[in-house]
Amino acid sequence: MKDWKRKGDHVVAEFAQQEAAVLRGLLRHIDDVLRARVDETPQDELAELTGMRSGPTTAPDDPVLSRLLPDFHRMDPDQPSEEDLESAAALRSLHEPELIDAKLGVASVVLETLPSGGGEVSLDLEQADAWLSAINDVRLALGTVLDINEETPEELPEDDPQASHLGVYHWLTYVQESLVQAVTAG
Amino acid sequence: MSTPLEAEQTQVEPIGAELGAEDKPWQAIVWNDPVNLMSYVTYVFQKLFGYSRDHATKLMLDVHHKGKAVVSWGTKEKVEGDVAKLHAAGLWATMQQAP
Repeated sequence: MKDWKRKGDHVVAEFAQQEAAVLRGLLRHIDDVLRARVDETPQDELAELTGMRSGPTTAPDDPVLSRLLPDFHRMDPDQPSEEDLESAAALRSLHEPELIDAKLGVASVVLETLPSGGGEVSLDLEQADAWLSAINDVRLALGTVLDINEETPEELPEDDPQASHLGVYHWLTYVQESLVQAVTAG
Repeated sequence: MSTPLEAEQTQVEPIGAELGAEDKPWQAIVWNDPVNLMSYVTYVFQKLFGYSRDHATKLMLDVHHKGKAVVSWGTKEKVEGDVAKLHAAGLWATMQQAP
């Protein structure tokens, strides 16, 4: 893939078959993880009747999920205040279902617009925004697993088991950066 | 990164501060993280809050260099909505009542 190019009110790029396969696979994986989180929270009959869903009140144990679905308050991990804990639980329960919907929604826009065999991708600006959020979610997930920090090198030794994953992470960084530039160039 | 926040929380409240505590504005805070791109964070601030490119860039640099920045103010409901949108964009955001 080369840079995203601005063409009128669209942004355009070409994806190789393998690039498309990697990105689609990562999006599907995040999709699965998010849906598993939803399935963990059984809805009562009243919620199904009224359509008013409520999410779980506690943060996920899984570090990837917990980065994708953050708390509404920053709390001292050892001594959170009772007030913050209660408020964070209520806000999570209220907002998590719609946050998961938003993340599934942007992922589905990428899956619909990125041909599985690779090829040209042409996006209007609304679709481009969905791509930016979806790629960001993938980078957050990979970044958490790879424990990315300010000192992470550009490359790992070839025999490092995480070398290829870090390569994918840096490639997605490029895809996202280039897309931001193309979207804001208009 | 959390040092300034803790310092604020341990300050002795002046007498009478509890009066009107309900009315104190809320603030949405974005925290630095090693994954989110500077260009993307700036773009999100412009898009979600309608900030100018200069203002959005200044806030992004505050997040980057100081570890956090207050990116919006207002009622609890407004700030709650802002934090929800920031979470959808993948930023690490929290809310607190203004100290």
